[in-house]
Amino acid sequence: MADLRSEFVGIKSPNPFWLASAPPTDKEYNVRRAYEAGWGGVVWKTLGLDPHVVNVNGPRYGAIYGADRRLLGLNNIELITDRPLQTNLDEIKAVKRDYPDRAMVVSLMVPCEEEPWKFILPLVEDTGADGVELNFGCPHGMSERGMGAAVGQVPEYIEMVTRWVKSHTRMPVIVKLTPNIADIRKPAAAAMTGGADAVSLINTINSITSVDLDLFAPEPTIDGKGAHGGYCGPAVKPIALNMVAEIARDPELRGLPISGIGGVTTWRDAAEFLALGAGNVQVCTAAMTYGFKVVQEMISGLSEYMDDKGMTSVDDLVGRAVPNVTDWNQLNLNYVAKAKINQDLCISCGRCFAACEDTSHQAIAMSEDRTFSVVDEECVACNLCVNVCPVEDCITMEAMAPGLIDPRTGTVVQPEYANWTTHPNNPSAKAAE
Amino acid sequence: MGSDVFQPGISAGRLAPDAYEAQFSDLHPRLDGHEALVAADRCYFCHDAPCITACPTDIDIPLFIRQIATGTPDAAAKTILSQNIMGGMCARVCPTETLCEQACVREAAEGKPVLIGQLQRYATDHLQEQGLHPFTRAASTGKRVAVVGAGPAGLSCAHRLAMLGHDVVVMDARAKPGGLNEFGIAAYKTTGGYAQAEVDWLLQIGGITIEYETALGGAVTLDSLKADYDAVFLGMGLGGVNALGAEGEDKDGVLDAVDFIAELRQAGDMAAVPIGRDVVVIGGGMTAVDAAVQAKLLGALNVTLVYRRGRDRMNASPYEQDLAASKGVRIVTHAVPVAVHGNGAVREIEFEYVDDAMKGTGQMLRLAADQVFKAIGQTLQGEGLPELEGRKIKVSDSGRTSVSGVWAGGDCASGGDDLTVTAVAEGRDAAMDIHGVLVG
Repeated sequence: MADLRSEFVGIKSPNPFWLASAPPTDKEYNVRRAYEAGWGGVVWKTLGLDPHVVNVNGPRYGAIYGADRRLLGLNNIELITDRPLQTNLDEIKAVKRDYPDRAMVVSLMVPCEEEPWKFILPLVEDTGADGVELNFGCPHGMSERGMGAAVGQVPEYIEMVTRWVKSHTRMPVIVKLTPNIADIRKPAAAAMTGGADAVSLINTINSITSVDLDLFAPEPTIDGKGAHGGYCGPAVKPIALNMVAEIARDPELRGLPISGIGGVTTWRDAAEFLALGAGNVQVCTAAMTYGFKVVQEMISGLSEYMDDKGMTSVDDLVGRAVPNVTDWNQLNLNYVAKAKINQDLCISCGRCFAACEDTSHQAIAMSEDRTFSVVDEECVACNLCVNVCPVEDCITMEAMAPGLIDPRTGTVVQPEYANWTTHPNNPSAKAAE
Repeated sequence: MGSDVFQPGISAGRLAPDAYEAQFSDLHPRLDGHEALVAADRCYFCHDAPCITACPTDIDIPLFIRQIATGTPDAAAKTILSQNIMGGMCARVCPTETLCEQACVREAAEGKPVLIGQLQRYATDHLQEQGLHPFTRAASTGKRVAVVGAGPAGLSCAHRLAMLGHDVVVMDARAKPGGLNEFGIAAYKTTGGYAQAEVDWLLQIGGITIEYETALGGAVTLDSLKADYDAVFLGMGLGGVNALGAEGEDKDGVLDAVDFIAELRQAGDMAAVPIGRDVVVIGGGMTAVDAAVQAKLLGALNVTLVYRRGRDRMNASPYEQDLAASKGVRIVTHAVPVAVHGNGAVREIEFEYVDDAMKGTGQMLRLAADQVFKAIGQTLQGEGLPELEGRKIKVSDSGRTSVSGVWAGGDCASGGDDLTVTAVAEGRDAAMDIHGVLVG
């Protein structure tokens, strides 16, 4: 059992799995149960000023399913806490007192003025909470009121509010970012300039999950109408991974701690976020889908992986993949691969053929007896056949050894690394020195 | 079909020599990696899952299946084995169709449960074939515990005690460990010498010594064990076999099904095991099915399983009954044996049909029989045992007997079904109670 203890911006937790600010962390009852189930920490559902907000009384969620009704994506229109501020503060204090070894971070969202922040921060400090997370990400409802994503989409506001918060509290400050922007590095840089201890991302993505084709209304539908919600769950993980990596590999943002959020469902998802530079992860949809117990698999899986890799602490994993995330123009154009079909594994479904013949490079041949084979003269190693093949490892991409002749181009595979910046077809290529 | 299937009487080699391997191959071949992922994907990760409640050892089934689904079968195995140290054997022999898989919500919804038993085997095999033993012993307590019986109950108890730091001496009447896992289960349910491999794996914990061919009542008695050890666990199973109570049952060819099953498990070459052309098995439990199916697999032409009550009362599950039928075993119900006919050796066995109240109808049935296997239950043997309840040792929920310092579990103890998994649970729970008494 590997040592999973985590320290994120000075906040200690027995493992790097926190529950994200969301309905699962809405109140004392849930958070106690979460801690008992093994979660290392929670970010308490966003507090705001009284009078507290209200939520719709119709559906708050919409879903995208895979086969067998596996929940792949979830969309929600729930707002921040709809309970009085003092009720939340009292409960936070009570829970933190009983679970001193668990991380307790409190999410906050108040109007974009200094006074409300000055007002609420001492109240949170008094609970004994370990830190605050600034909710600059909520994309629905609150953003209409000039909060949440409305702040997160304007880097200047992020910097300003972060600076206020840092000046009014000694607690670590995590700034939660919205993905509903063009370049995630800009709000991250603003948070950093404002003095944030860390950023957390991603919050949910603007979305309409589906349309009721009888009512002609978006889902979830409340009395015939729908509003866009925030998309989360396994479906958003690739988007979140990219945004985390963009921040992690930016030289200007080097050293800015990241709490990774977005579709973490298994230990492997968490490990991927950590490898791309997240110091810990936050989870919501997986807990909403499977219950708090789902963390047990994350703990055992990450522990086993770290043991296998000889990693003695979570920090050994954090950022390990960051040096390998690069720009397209740095990819090795001399690397040549070809698809290879394992005839023993092939079940002759022909999906690779359809994909390649209709939509790619006509590089798969089909015989009368439904034997499928790769035409090396045409194969550009695009990987589409691998992606559509239903049999794992049936089609693989095999690198060609330097010195061999690529039958497609008739040229010898070169051993040297060479990228686009020096390619003769690049009008702005620099001559190789 | 071999040339000798019609040969009357009892003979070996009824099938073509190369037919036996396929006949006695794994009933459920192990899932491959892809199959395991597809099967695991069907688990809903239910809250407070009914399958866990249905498992006598309370394995966290949704968790281990999720661990398989996320590519960590060794973690899954640890989840299984921490509750049930013989999770590998239970995955093979548990009547999952009446336990976890019956409780599966997908069984209720679709009649197609998650393949819990096969997934469990996938995980435990994955770990054990690497030779990994994920448990370590606590610091020595200096206490010594005697365990009578190296079957599922005894070994489960021994492993847990050893893990908790006690030194354990296990005594078994046979020359090999495993108990019913080794001697009492159909060959096609545990192929490839798994029972012995599992025991070897289990003993890796250390601190367990096994003394073979040492039965209670021989060189050792309960009193001597009590004097020599800090605690005693009795898990010797049921050594005796019930009699038919039919005239002529002492004729040659009237045999105990448990001996036949043990002989098959120990046989190096199935082609050398003699079997009758006409075989009758009497009983309605798993032993009866195991004997009848294997008689058929050996090449017996006609195998009839005769049970005194209706099919719904059989201890063998509908799955087991269907297995027997699919192998060509004829199942006759509502018939009790009244006489065994033959001159020295059995030639025919005569039954009377009875109604649901077991009242004779006067209608008779005579079946040709070269062999009759009795599978009508086993009985506890031994003297000077703790107080009995019915025909078994009376125990509390934690396995305490009427004698201070003596615990019991498994088939020899009262309560629970006579299943491997139940024996494992009882051995484990008794170990925890022994530990509490010894170090408390």
